Amino acid sequence: MSTSWPLWEVFVRGKRGLNHVHVGSLHAPDAEMALRNARDVYTRRNEGVSIWVVPATSITASSPDEKDPFFAPAGDKVYRHPTFYAIPEDVPHL
Amino acid sequence: MADDLELRFERTVQSEARIEPRDWMPDGYRKTLIRQIAQHAHSEIIGMQPEGNWISRAPSLRRKAILLAKVQDEAGHGLYLYSATETLGADREDLTTKLIEGRQKYSSIFNYPTLTFADVGVIGWLVDGAAICNQVPLCRTSYGPYARAMIRICKEESFHQRQGYELLMTMMRGTQQQRDMVQDSVNRWWWPALMMFGPPDAESTNTEQSMAWRIKRDTNDELRQKFVNMSMPQAEALGVTFPDPELKWNEERGEYDFGAPDWDEFWQVVKGGGVCNEQRIAHRRKAHEDGAWVREAAAAHAAKNAVREEGAA
Ligand SMILES: [Fe+2]
Ligand SMILES: [Fe+2]
Repeated sequence: MSTSWPLWEVFVRGKRGLNHVHVGSLHAPDAEMALRNARDVYTRRNEGVSIWVVPATSITASSPDEKDPFFAPAGDKVYRHPTFYAIPEDVPHL
Repeated sequence: MADDLELRFERTVQSEARIEPRDWMPDGYRKTLIRQIAQHAHSEIIGMQPEGNWISRAPSLRRKAILLAKVQDEAGHGLYLYSATETLGADREDLTTKLIEGRQKYSSIFNYPTLTFADVGVIGWLVDGAAICNQVPLCRTSYGPYARAMIRICKEESFHQRQGYELLMTMMRGTQQQRDMVQDSVNRWWWPALMMFGPPDAESTNTEQSMAWRIKRDTNDELRQKFVNMSMPQAEALGVTFPDPELKWNEERGEYDFGAPDWDEFWQVVKGGGVCNEQRIAHRRKAHEDGAWVREAAAAHAAKNAVREEGAA
């Protein structure tokens, strides 16, 4: 019987109001143990208020080799950024 | 096409951007990283032993709590780094096997024994201090997961060094016997600490390629000099001396001159001839083997639960 535990990716919410951010990975037999281990490995100094663990095999990622075409739809839509719009300097609160 | 990929890799590295796990990278780059990061991870794990030796004999509850927290941090450092090697396709089991079979190395500093409690302070001050010198530039290393692990580690190392220095300051305010104990410990650890930066640049075979790939950011000799410069004023403030008659300020260079470590001793310890090499590996092997039933039981428990949940659904 192979006893090497599956790999889990760990995401931590640093404080209320922030997104969960990927911090690393660890091995654990199940989700509950993965959470406990994540607490001990990645939040020994109050680095988080909430943790997600996700089986590494469940993550689908875009491939960097198709990077350009994959992100191309965003590339030519500069109008999605606020700096696209020229506003006179004396108009406040914009 | 291959040239294309290589060109993109080189450009990314040269522009100080980070290489990420799914990027194309040269085989040599991947191999060098796995070797270096694994060796680094093993050092953190083996590094728990010399200090762990004093946990049950710490002189106060305060010192015991601090030492426990420090040793636990070192376990965490090992895990961050193993996690980084796995993004390169390394297998955790395989790395552990290579360590306990002596096929991968760890820092030679941990093959020296901790004879007195002053060693706990000197390790924090000088050994963690040298590690910080080595590690701060690695926060800018070209491989993303390694750089991020180093940032986490460096944040925690500062506690390690300060608790060690504070411990020594306390002892230096004590009896003459305690002061002698600190000086004796410094005498034993100074040269091995200098060896932590690796062989002189002229003999360091991996440096050039690693610098080109921006895995390594400074040469061994540069870092060693920096460490000496940083440590001297700390030693003076503490009231101890380093066992090196050649150690003195060089006005012209604006740096300290210092003697050469005994490189024969260094190579002897690297090759397994240190006082504690066998003991360290035997201990790691025993811990791994003694833990086998826990790993098996937890895996069996998880498998049983998974089946049960499926039945209930
Ligand atoms: Fe460490
Ligand atoms: Fe440390």
